[in-house]
Amino acid sequence: MSVAPAIETRNLCKRFGAVQANDNVSLLVDQGSVHGIVGENGAGKSTLLKMLFGFYQPNSGDLIINGVPLAFDSPSEAMAAGIAMVHQHFMLVEPFTVLENIILGAEGQPMLKHAMTDARAKLLGLEQQFGFDLPLDTPVSQLSVGERQRVEILKALFRGADILILDEPTAVLTPQECDQLFDLVRLLKSRGKTILFVTHKLHEIMAITDAVTVIRAGKVVTCTATASTTPDDLAEAMVGAKISRTVTREAKDHRSPRLRVDGVSALSDHGHDALKAITFDVYDGEVLGVAGVAGNGQTELLEVLTGLRPVSSGRVELDGILINADDVQRGPTKLRQMGLAHIAEDRLKTGVVATMTATENAILGYQHDPDFCQNGLLKLSAIDRAANTYFDSQDVRPRDPTLPVASFSGGNQQKLVIARELARDPQTLIIGQPTRGVDIGAVTKIHDQITELRNAGKALLVVSADLDELMAISDRIAVMCGGELVGIVPIQDADERTLGLMMAGASGAPHSEEASA
Amino acid sequence: MEFLVDILLLSDSTLRVAGPLILAALAGLCAERAGIVDIGLEGKMLAAAFAAASAASVTASPWAGLLAGIVASVLLSLLHGYVSINQRGNQIVSGMAINIMVAGLAPTLANAWFSRGGQTPLLPSEARFTEITLPFADAISGVPLLGAIYSDLLSGHSLLTYVAFVAVPTVGWILYKTRFGLRLRAVGENPEAVDTAGISVTLLRYQAMIIAGILCGISGSALSTALGAGFIRDMSAGKGFLALAAMIFGKWKPVPTLLACLLFAFVDALQGRLQGVALPLVGEIPVQFTIMLPYVLTVIILAGFVGKMEAPKASGIPYEKDR
Amino acid sequence: MSAVPAKLPGAVEAVLMPFLNIMVALFVSGLVVWGLGEDPFFALSLLIEGAFGYEEAIGYTFYYATNFIFTGLAVSVAFHAGHFNIGGEGQAMLGGLGLTLAVLWLGDTAPVLSIFLAIIGAAVFGAAWAFIPAWLQAKRGSHIVITTIMFNFIASAFLAYLLVGPLQRPGGQMPESSDFPDGTGLMQFHEVLEMVGIRFEQSPLNASFLIALMAAFGVWFLLTRTRFGYEMRVAGKNAHAAAFAGVSVSRVTIIALMLSGALAGMMGLNELLGEQLRLIGNFTLGYGFVGIAVAFMGRNHPLGIVLAAVLFGVLYQGGAELAFEMPNITRDLIVVIQGLVILFAGAMPHLLRKPVALLYARMARKGAV
Repeated sequence: MSVAPAIETRNLCKRFGAVQANDNVSLLVDQGSVHGIVGENGAGKSTLLKMLFGFYQPNSGDLIINGVPLAFDSPSEAMAAGIAMVHQHFMLVEPFTVLENIILGAEGQPMLKHAMTDARAKLLGLEQQFGFDLPLDTPVSQLSVGERQRVEILKALFRGADILILDEPTAVLTPQECDQLFDLVRLLKSRGKTILFVTHKLHEIMAITDAVTVIRAGKVVTCTATASTTPDDLAEAMVGAKISRTVTREAKDHRSPRLRVDGVSALSDHGHDALKAITFDVYDGEVLGVAGVAGNGQTELLEVLTGLRPVSSGRVELDGILINADDVQRGPTKLRQMGLAHIAEDRLKTGVVATMTATENAILGYQHDPDFCQNGLLKLSAIDRAANTYFDSQDVRPRDPTLPVASFSGGNQQKLVIARELARDPQTLIIGQPTRGVDIGAVTKIHDQITELRNAGKALLVVSADLDELMAISDRIAVMCGGELVGIVPIQDADERTLGLMMAGASGAPHSEEASA
Repeated sequence: MEFLVDILLLSDSTLRVAGPLILAALAGLCAERAGIVDIGLEGKMLAAAFAAASAASVTASPWAGLLAGIVASVLLSLLHGYVSINQRGNQIVSGMAINIMVAGLAPTLANAWFSRGGQTPLLPSEARFTEITLPFADAISGVPLLGAIYSDLLSGHSLLTYVAFVAVPTVGWILYKTRFGLRLRAVGENPEAVDTAGISVTLLRYQAMIIAGILCGISGSALSTALGAGFIRDMSAGKGFLALAAMIFGKWKPVPTLLACLLFAFVDALQGRLQGVALPLVGEIPVQFTIMLPYVLTVIILAGFVGKMEAPKASGIPYEKDR
Repeated sequence: MSAVPAKLPGAVEAVLMPFLNIMVALFVSGLVVWGLGEDPFFALSLLIEGAFGYEEAIGYTFYYATNFIFTGLAVSVAFHAGHFNIGGEGQAMLGGLGLTLAVLWLGDTAPVLSIFLAIIGAAVFGAAWAFIPAWLQAKRGSHIVITTIMFNFIASAFLAYLLVGPLQRPGGQMPESSDFPDGTGLMQFHEVLEMVGIRFEQSPLNASFLIALMAAFGVWFLLTRTRFGYEMRVAGKNAHAAAFAGVSVSRVTIIALMLSGALAGMMGLNELLGEQLRLIGNFTLGYGFVGIAVAFMGRNHPLGIVLAAVLFGVLYQGGAELAFEMPNITRDLIVVIQGLVILFAGAMPHLLRKPVALLYARMARKGAV
């Protein structure tokens, strides 16, 4: 073997303040291979990637690309060395066309007209070679998520990348779009490209990679050929000690609907139809999971159910009382008083005020509650006590409610939010992305809590982008696509393929809904 | 006939008043397209007006004045850039700080240097940008209509007015036809995309601030060395804010912004013409009310009775590499 | 890599950092004085002498401070609700109009009643003038900085019209109204002190200083003790979270800005009802803008605002003496200082964070060894 490895790192270290994000990371990626990197949220994957493509500079250690030791001061230097990254959150300028996005930063000459003509010719060649079919003159804002990802990959190829880093590329895709992506990755590999495939989904590692590196707490714990390992081994390496769920779903005979959604349509912020005649019920003692590719109406659905968005037609009933219809819209405060709790899908944007203290956030949404407020005056000591209780009940750390929420980790913020929303013993819970940005230990605990609530007879609706999560906690899974409810699948009939086809709008429910209707 | 003359005079003063407004609006446009809200246009105009008048008064050269005006405005632009880019401060607060600081500093310096109660001396015509007669203007002034339009309306403005009108296509060309413009527009929408494409967000934004500084510098210099003949206290009189409103009305695009500026300038010219004139039905409008016209118009426009305004997505938000 | 702000102890954060920022602003101001060819240290001593040297000066200092407490609180209330109210000038002018109308209407028949009505009139007119920009901001997203600036210009022209027209003193030439009837002025401060047996030289300082202090307490109470204050702060920091919590952001915006306008409007109590005893054109003299500097200097905390207002009172009173003594210095210099304070305390609060954090870390390490 005389070919030098595409990427070699020796003892890379990166520190942020007191946090050692990467600790002596040594990595070996063969030319023309697909190399997987797995690790939990916060394990240090992103830091490693950002050093590889020059966004961060290591504190110590060496980086050797194609046998040549290099140090990147900026992404453009990494790009010049043939490394490109496809970010999890796409780095695209939405109003720009595909072509403009692709040439941005690689225009080659000061005049756009010539730059575009040259780029167009080059892109036609690339599109043929790799089987792309992207509309070059369409604004990116009009493309689907999968198409945007392909724009990012084409952008990398346009810059002559030989090494592509794909950061959690499947997080936003339907299973079918994932399959397409895998085909593309294989094609890229057959054309001699090296691919670094970063994910936390182990079945993807098994399906696509040649070798895999596991990172935990900033360190490499395993580096092996994929063929010689198993998902179980990888999972253990990833998590350390195995954490298993302790609560199981009890059999429930749920017959009384708590939340009824009947023919609901609603407009998005931009005035488009975000929800189209959606009908379903949520029964007590069940978890209804809602699946779908991000941006297919789930956010608007959550808002319609929690009093944040009016319906354009249809009706929503909670415990037999009309809460959202043409002429009725009960606000969040009223709904909370009726026993509905809302765990917002985007915690920092909606669920908390990050710059205010944990104590102040402890009453967010409950500021009208007579325990906390009388005649318009706040009861400060009662609020303090409540905050302390929340910290105790969910074991929020550090145990200092006077800190601003922004200074807690994602998992601890979520614990605080859950404590707050559970404090009034709600009968119905509307939950968005229960474990987004939460570390693995906390994920299991949150799943257990959801199941406990279900076992205690509450009605829960959970929207999640993570199919595995929904499969683990739901009784039924509703699938949304293009603002429509494609169908509802009982958990015993649900599998990834079926749900994926539904998410892509390719098929309806396998056998439609008689079990619960 | 008298009506035609009125229209012609009104159009003529519209063009004259429009010059500084257009330049300032373009300055705001360049800054906001790059993601920086520049509420300090007013202060920069005032600073440039003062610097230009002072330099022109000392050197007797309008060009030295223009240069001084541009330098003063660019320096303030860089200060605003430093606060917005490096310090990641509140851009509105920074802009207001600059406005207030200049409102005090200009008369303070004027008083210290010229001892004329916060003004600069009256500039003689050789120290000003005076009216330029376009080629053949005299020759074709006799041709009906066309002659009047060319020689009375288009000809006979100061150089800086022509610069303002040339600046519109120039800025448009830079924004939409060059690599630099593509990057500048990108950094106002999604700075992270620009950063990961290997382009420095910081450098781009500073470049945008320098362009804004130059444009605003010409604008302020025009106030004191072309339209006026010297610096007087508070001579920008809210024009920086009117320019911002025009830019918003123009949806952050050069040509619509130009049209919005012309509308503002027309209203301003109109209010000048209306003073002391008895109108049918309403009679003479008190001067205080005609003065209000441009300000009232601004409020009406910002009230959004003219369609939805969408600012560049990243404008006003400091860029932090690590999030 | 962004500079992660090291955690500093509360006292350093709340007192030392703003103090250092203001010191930088004053240092730059000193450079300006020096650049004007005057000795900054001598200027400083003249300034302090002018502000505190004799009883009347102290009275003036607090008289000015009263204006700034009102306008500083006005800016601050709006800022807590997430908005930048630059319209203090216009709102103060309209407030002045409101109190004038009340006094001229009832002053002859019921002077005491007219004073109460005047206080309400000042607040209501100020609030009303803030309502339109507030409504436009809340319902149509119109840029409130620009609309309030425009409303300043409009208010100024409107007042000018009234004072050379319907409200002008009969037979008068100046843009000012008739004198307020006897007995309608607010009590002078030296009169208040006399009642408790303290002799104090006469100065324009009047009872509105106490009203301003009460307003500061009221704002503090509102922000920290009431549900509306809580909802206002939530809406100001995160509109999405406010909606989630069932807070109507547009309602809170409108109410907060009207409160802000009412506070600005009450500035006229001090200037007109306390001292001038007539309505004069442009009596606000840019004090509305000083409020911005005062609010940032006081870190938007009512107590801080009172202290910052006194400091600006010193600058105004001492500055007047300074302008008298030093020919190259005019009162415009105070406006420069204002701008610098806004710049350093408002726009660049983190300018000195890094060096202070480093220094603090070094000291802490030494202490530990």
